[in-house]
Amino acid sequence: MALSRTARHIGAGITKWMVLGIFTVLLAFPFYWMVIATFKQNIDLYNTENNPFTFTLKPTLEHLRLLFQETGYVRWLGNTALVGVIVVAITLFLSIPAAYALARLTGRWGQRLGIGIFLTYLVPPTLLFIPLSRVVANLGLQDTIWSLVLVYPSITVPFSIWLLMGFFKSIPRELEDAAMVDGLTRFGAFLKMVVPISMSGILTVVIFTFTLVTQEFVYALTFISPESQQMVGVGVPIFLVRGDVYFWGSLMAACLIASVPIAFVYNLFLDRFIAGFTVGAVKG
Amino acid sequence: MVMNPVTPSSSAEKQAQSSPPISAGPEGSQLKPKWDKIKSAGAAQSPLLGAAMFSPAVLYILLLIAAPFMLAIFYAFSDARIGSSEMHFVGLENFRSILQSPSFRKAVDNSIIFTVVAQVVVIICSTALAIALEKPFRGRGFIRFLILLPWVAPVSLGTIGFKWILDSIYSVITWLLIHIHLVSPLNPPMWLGEPGLAMGSVIAVHCWRLIPFSTVILLAGMTAIPKEIPEAAAIDGSGFWRTLFQISIPMMTPIISVAVLFGTIFTFTDMTVVYILTAGGPYDSTQTLPSLAFFTGIQGSDLAAGAAISLFLVPVLVVIAWGMLRVAHSAEVV
Amino acid sequence: MAVVQTRNLTKVFKQGELGAVNNVNLETREGEFLVFLGPSGSGKTTLLRMIAGLETPTAGEILIGGRVVNDLTPRERRIAMVFQSYALYPHLTVYKNIAFPLKAQGVKRELHKEKVEGAATLLGIRHLLQRKPRELSGGERQRVALARAIVREPAVFLLDEPLSNLDAKLRLSAREELERFHRRIGTTSIYVTHDQVEAMAMGDRIMVLNKGVVHQLASPKEVYDEPADTFVATFLGSPPMNLVVNGEVIVGFRPEHFRPSENITDPNKVQFKFRVENVEYLGAEYILSGVLVGGAVDGKKAIARLLLGQSFEVGHTYDFAIPERHLKFFDKTTEKRVSARAVAWS
Repeated sequence: MALSRTARHIGAGITKWMVLGIFTVLLAFPFYWMVIATFKQNIDLYNTENNPFTFTLKPTLEHLRLLFQETGYVRWLGNTALVGVIVVAITLFLSIPAAYALARLTGRWGQRLGIGIFLTYLVPPTLLFIPLSRVVANLGLQDTIWSLVLVYPSITVPFSIWLLMGFFKSIPRELEDAAMVDGLTRFGAFLKMVVPISMSGILTVVIFTFTLVTQEFVYALTFISPESQQMVGVGVPIFLVRGDVYFWGSLMAACLIASVPIAFVYNLFLDRFIAGFTVGAVKG
Repeated sequence: MVMNPVTPSSSAEKQAQSSPPISAGPEGSQLKPKWDKIKSAGAAQSPLLGAAMFSPAVLYILLLIAAPFMLAIFYAFSDARIGSSEMHFVGLENFRSILQSPSFRKAVDNSIIFTVVAQVVVIICSTALAIALEKPFRGRGFIRFLILLPWVAPVSLGTIGFKWILDSIYSVITWLLIHIHLVSPLNPPMWLGEPGLAMGSVIAVHCWRLIPFSTVILLAGMTAIPKEIPEAAAIDGSGFWRTLFQISIPMMTPIISVAVLFGTIFTFTDMTVVYILTAGGPYDSTQTLPSLAFFTGIQGSDLAAGAAISLFLVPVLVVIAWGMLRVAHSAEVV
Repeated sequence: MAVVQTRNLTKVFKQGELGAVNNVNLETREGEFLVFLGPSGSGKTTLLRMIAGLETPTAGEILIGGRVVNDLTPRERRIAMVFQSYALYPHLTVYKNIAFPLKAQGVKRELHKEKVEGAATLLGIRHLLQRKPRELSGGERQRVALARAIVREPAVFLLDEPLSNLDAKLRLSAREELERFHRRIGTTSIYVTHDQVEAMAMGDRIMVLNKGVVHQLASPKEVYDEPADTFVATFLGSPPMNLVVNGEVIVGFRPEHFRPSENITDPNKVQFKFRVENVEYLGAEYILSGVLVGGAVDGKKAIARLLLGQSFEVGHTYDFAIPERHLKFFDKTTEKRVSARAVAWS
């Protein structure tokens, strides 16, 4: 080896930082761009001579004002939040007992059921949206947020069951056995012992479900037409235009406000999500 | 935390194995009958309780996933339309007409090209990124946050951001290219208006979204490799590249498969990026199966044709499901 | 010629804190089986890893075959290492595992078969060459790890607690195999363990470490019979040496030398009254633990080890004694061994 150990170390370090630098810039710059565009005056924004990465004219709050006062943005945020909360509740109600049952109480065919549930996660909305649009229309839920409340758990429940199943399995059976010796029924042991201990897993499901609701596009676009009932994920790209004119400043502001807080929370729970995806593929 | 939930043990045999907490003495004789009662009650009551606990979820899934799936097949053989409650069986008519349509053939091609190219780019980039992120360093958490933004931001919002970034007049990228004299200001690239560039743009947005996801999954796989293995390889005389390609990557095959399989689903079944970025244009050059299904079925009101188009997603999904099961099974054996 | 040497070798992980390894000087003898013995956190593994090239020293030098190797990669040091988990490549067959070092070092393809089969025959695993590591038992995996290690004909073998992951029964036979292997191959080996029985059984010399400092480097007999300080005295031997403070010295005596007075024929003996508080029957021997009564050592705990102990009862006091030549003396403050001296017992 011609190079000394320290030289090789430095070389590796430089490559690493270059790779990190390039990718961080490529991946994050659109958000930096959104921040700038949010506060840039239109004259500045639409002037192709000006440097897009800095402010040539003073920053402005006009886009934000427009967004909050003259568009349905706040309404959409409200709709999304409402749907989110209800769907979270439904998801927890359906998946916590199911995950526990699959983790504890069933044998061979329980394993098959578990795999079956995971496989349903692979059936995409872009396959089911056409028949579901008919079903929704026939049920009279067309153009209301209740159509989404009905359908969204089909996206959130399978993955949540999978996530929670792994979580419950890691809780030793002895805990429940001890509770039952102390007089609780099996269901009582589940409610009073297992659920409180699993709070962080349950919290993960809450966050995950909520982010899925905010991310969803196809069903919201298909089932809901009127602007006032729409979710933020569909409202922003579709309704923040007048004719052919996009209000880019406000659009960027809308994206930023809806993305960053979610990103922040998601980041905190990242390791658990990864566990959900990689389940069965990596032996710990 | 990684786990393997595909091997739950039967509750009956587990309960038979667990012994009472106190083995001897007067208190033991009081507890033993109680323990036996719990064991028998548990064993008898478990299947019923278990069924009660998961049947709401299973019922819901059957109603909202299995049933609509059947319906989709049913519609594909009918002439269902939006606004009309009539529906007749038309046999293979829908399939015949879409298979002849050039838009459909383009959509199939695009779906495959976009997915394959995106996965290749994503795997290479995310492997490099995962290696760079593997060893801890100051600020790693913050960089990870930045890198994750494309994945966690809602699809539609990230995409609409790109619509502005790729605007034919105001594009930030065009501005950069003009300033380093690679492109003339008189002839800016029509990122979304010219078929080749539009396809590239769609692929780029997919990659942009998937690289964070893939990186994080690969990272999990890398940290699962016991640290003694690369050390043994170093002592055996293996350098960086040999260890990477002959030891680390082969050991990560299950997890790379998971990343590729999920990535394929996310790209292949996505309609949001295409819808927002190009609406399938220009001239169907970026149309994909899901987006075509939407335009035909919902905007074009032809539910039957839309359903038929979307059914072509199924073969790929079946292959992916098979792939997932293989990965889960092989990991179990190790 | 000494094969492995270290000079003032130090490794500090956190600034300002005591190093994991502090100023260690050692020199192996050609072909010896040297054991690094110490509790967890004593720095023995860190020391081994520095010699291997897996950790960089903070200060000091490492020499292999007379050459300073601080700047060399593990590959360049011509060492082989057996890890606690054996670190076999799970996706490769046994053959490919053993062949990997040859491949990595650029040995010609044609020579691989011969060398791999040679190593496999030596370790009796030729029939396993096409298996994968997950199909092998613990003992078989150890042999594959050893085969992979010798196929390159290294100058030094480094072994990091390879027996710790085996269950008790297997550990004995695996230990025996390692000893036979070493006798056959004769390569200088450095073996890390926290198990003092292993160290005594296997080592030509034992280096006792604690908190990154070498307490003693000597043969098993010397380390056991002539410990350099109280740490070594209590670390070797189970149950550990009894230590009682008497004036300016600590007096030590091993449980096997502490017997009923009437059984000791040596006239130069120190007598104690011993009240038994616990009797353990271990099949081959009895362990009596209790308290010394009266005199300068009243109330001090002691343990005795006897072949026949059935007549001893809990709560009773007996006359016990130790031959004077078996007493060891340690300075009370430094805890280091000092020469025998007269001490008042009453």
